[in-house]
Amino acid sequence: MNTADQYLKAIYVVQNQEDGPASTGSIADALDVSPASANEMIGKLEDRGLAEHEKYNGVRLTDDGIVRARDALQTYCIIERFLANVLAVDDFRGEARELEAVIDDTVAERLDTIIDRRPECPDCFDAETDACACLEVAPASVEQEPGDCGSQTPVE
Amino acid sequence: MVVVSASRQVASDDQLARLLQIGIVLEEVVEARAHHHVRSLDAELDAAVEALLADAAEESAEHRRRLEALIDGLGVESVPFDEIESLVDARYGQTRPEDFDGVLYDQLCNEETAYKFYDDLIRAIEESDAEFSVDRAALVSELDAIREDEADGVSDVAALMGR
Repeated sequence: MNTADQYLKAIYVVQNQEDGPASTGSIADALDVSPASANEMIGKLEDRGLAEHEKYNGVRLTDDGIVRARDALQTYCIIERFLANVLAVDDFRGEARELEAVIDDTVAERLDTIIDRRPECPDCFDAETDACACLEVAPASVEQEPGDCGSQTPVE
Repeated sequence: MVVVSASRQVASDDQLARLLQIGIVLEEVVEARAHHHVRSLDAELDAAVEALLADAAEESAEHRRRLEALIDGLGVESVPFDEIESLVDARYGQTRPEDFDGVLYDQLCNEETAYKFYDDLIRAIEESDAEFSVDRAALVSELDAIREDEADGVSDVAALMGR
């Protein structure tokens, strides 16, 4: 996932959390970068028609930006789910954050063929826990309530 | 809160090992899908497509062994092939490609994806200042050789599709 897509994903998550434009400070915090770096990339996203900067309010993604951000978030969810359910990685969140910059979305699509991602992805992504709300890392023997997103069986 | 890294570098042995494991899984997916296609379309495949799939499966197995040798040097366990094959079968056991074009297109995606993965991995290693437990030049050389195999694989499938 390239840097622009990582920014789009972060802006998307922040603007959903804040239910409005995402402040530059929040975006910089989310990306663990300086506000100056965030401003520079936000300018590039504006130039590409993917985001709009509202003075004093923050950044809001355009429709095109939202489409790309959701794709990027989906790729991130695939990496998390793959790490948790196929490789049985305990710290799948931390490793997904480390690896997302090196894993291209075409590679993620192939990894997606051996995981059981839910149709509602990425809407079930929970920003507070930095993971899919449906991602069940407990053994599959845990019984599911009707309407639950489902569970995954880690490969032992 | 989401925190993402803007770095595209491989920063540690652990991260390198994890990426090599992902490479192994990608190779296992290629191998398992090629086996699956041969099994499901056995009577209908023409000789050239069957040979291509057999070669692809063999090459993926060889790449997997080479990647396993690399992560052995990092002290990390590999990912068992039979478990990945089970996962692939679980997803594809009930379906089959519609025709030869579907099989070849799937194989093309496999080869292109693998090429892209190794290309990104090599770049991320080359851009990294980290010290790895394995010899960096040997590591890059091995990955470069595997990447070239994937490039040849793309050409082979494209040639067959263009018949």
